[in-house]
Amino acid sequence: MTVLDIDQISFAYPDGTEVLRELSLSIEGGESVAILGPNGAGKTTLLLQLIGILHPSSGSVTVDGMQLTDETAREIRRRIGLVFQDPDDQLFMPTVREDVAFGPANFGRSRGELEEIVDRALAQVGMSEAKHRAPHHLSGGERRRVALATVLAMDPSILVLDEPSSNLDPAGRRELAGVLSGLDTTLVMVTHDLPYALELCERTVIIDDGAVVADGETADILADEALLGAHRLELPYGFDPRNVNRSRPR
Amino acid sequence: MSGGHAHALHIHGHTVLHRLAPEVKIAAMVGGLLAIVLTPREQFWAFGLYGLTIIALLGVGEIPLGFYLRRVLVEAPFVAFAVFLPFLGSDPTTTIAGIELSIEGSWAAWNILAKATLGVSLSILLAATTEIPHILKGLERLKVPSLMIAIAGFMIRYLEVVTSELQRARVAMIARGHDARWFWQARPLATSAGAMFIRAYERGERIHHAMLARGFTGSMPKLEAADPPRPRWELAVGFAGLLWSVAVIAMVVS
Repeated sequence: MTVLDIDQISFAYPDGTEVLRELSLSIEGGESVAILGPNGAGKTTLLLQLIGILHPSSGSVTVDGMQLTDETAREIRRRIGLVFQDPDDQLFMPTVREDVAFGPANFGRSRGELEEIVDRALAQVGMSEAKHRAPHHLSGGERRRVALATVLAMDPSILVLDEPSSNLDPAGRRELAGVLSGLDTTLVMVTHDLPYALELCERTVIIDDGAVVADGETADILADEALLGAHRLELPYGFDPRNVNRSRPR
Repeated sequence: MSGGHAHALHIHGHTVLHRLAPEVKIAAMVGGLLAIVLTPREQFWAFGLYGLTIIALLGVGEIPLGFYLRRVLVEAPFVAFAVFLPFLGSDPTTTIAGIELSIEGSWAAWNILAKATLGVSLSILLAATTEIPHILKGLERLKVPSLMIAIAGFMIRYLEVVTSELQRARVAMIARGHDARWFWQARPLATSAGAMFIRAYERGERIHHAMLARGFTGSMPKLEAADPPRPRWELAVGFAGLLWSVAVIAMVVS
């Protein structure tokens, strides 16, 4: 079943810069999809369109069969869990507990339920012991996992991550991959980290200049050097996608 | 990155003062502060009693003297001008150790110094025994408008982020040979403060997006899991009542 359907959306910033040009993308339930593309390709803009923070000038977004409008935006925001690139933007409450409770409380979960929801979300990302700490006292990797917990607490049907591995040290990156590969929601991940895409996503979409330019199995796309090169994407030195097993089983 | 309890004004502990509900401490502090401010300045004994009470509380809260003295210095810029009042005040004057001092100015200086010191001491007591999230929680329970609490919360949360950005900008300047030590070298720092303002604005926008993404509709949700245990209001009433009794007696006798 299609959980996310983006149909020919276009978007330009007020200064006239066109960022998305009739971009279409359809994602099935349970899929894990990496969205790759050079800087300025429109990836982050696309994510803000998905939850109705930016509005397309034409085209439509449909989530779980519900078209995104001003009326449905709130329900769609509950279903799409968006993890922002900078955890400092995402973690704005005085304590981790309050931050994780923020989403579910907004969506009307009762006070009695909140505690259990917070505990479960923090346990899912292995951060239970940080419950009463202040977000700015956590390490980068810990912040990223708590940011993920704030979204998991809303029980989203689609998890969308913007550059999840940026600014993480190798251990933090691996720990986050461990958490992500254990989740059974639909996963959409914008990234520059091609090995991360290969590890976590079976499908890859390349976006360049506001449109989808490639869509296929991650292993195939990463093996296509000419395609990657044409869109300013590069594998790390010595990395051969044909010798790697993915960790997220399907 | 430091541990969970760390903020510079807090002393980790498990004393009665630490365990007391934050709303009780805030109410006691505000109540006591009003009594101190209203006390006639001529009644030295009253200020002595206030001082003793605060010293006793510093003991109860196990707050190290050195910590307290360092913290109390925060009032220095605010009371600095009080020091000049005895020299600048109007006639009549008196002469002490060969220096001519204005009587009215001296009273004014004493008034400012004594009340500022006592007030700062009370806030040190509150901050040292109460973690910031608990202070915010206490304000919430005291029915302070949630918008104001949210603003205070954001300020505290992002102060560190913004100052560390400013610090990085300063390090970047030093790395390229600009080590400003004097006022007239402040221009690049001022320029970078402008850039910081833009950055802070953009961050504000991103935070707002993150809030919208999690269903924010303009009012902060109530996040208390369960009703807090009944606060021991009698302690706040007792503390403020003690200071108020002293203040009232001082007003009557003066």
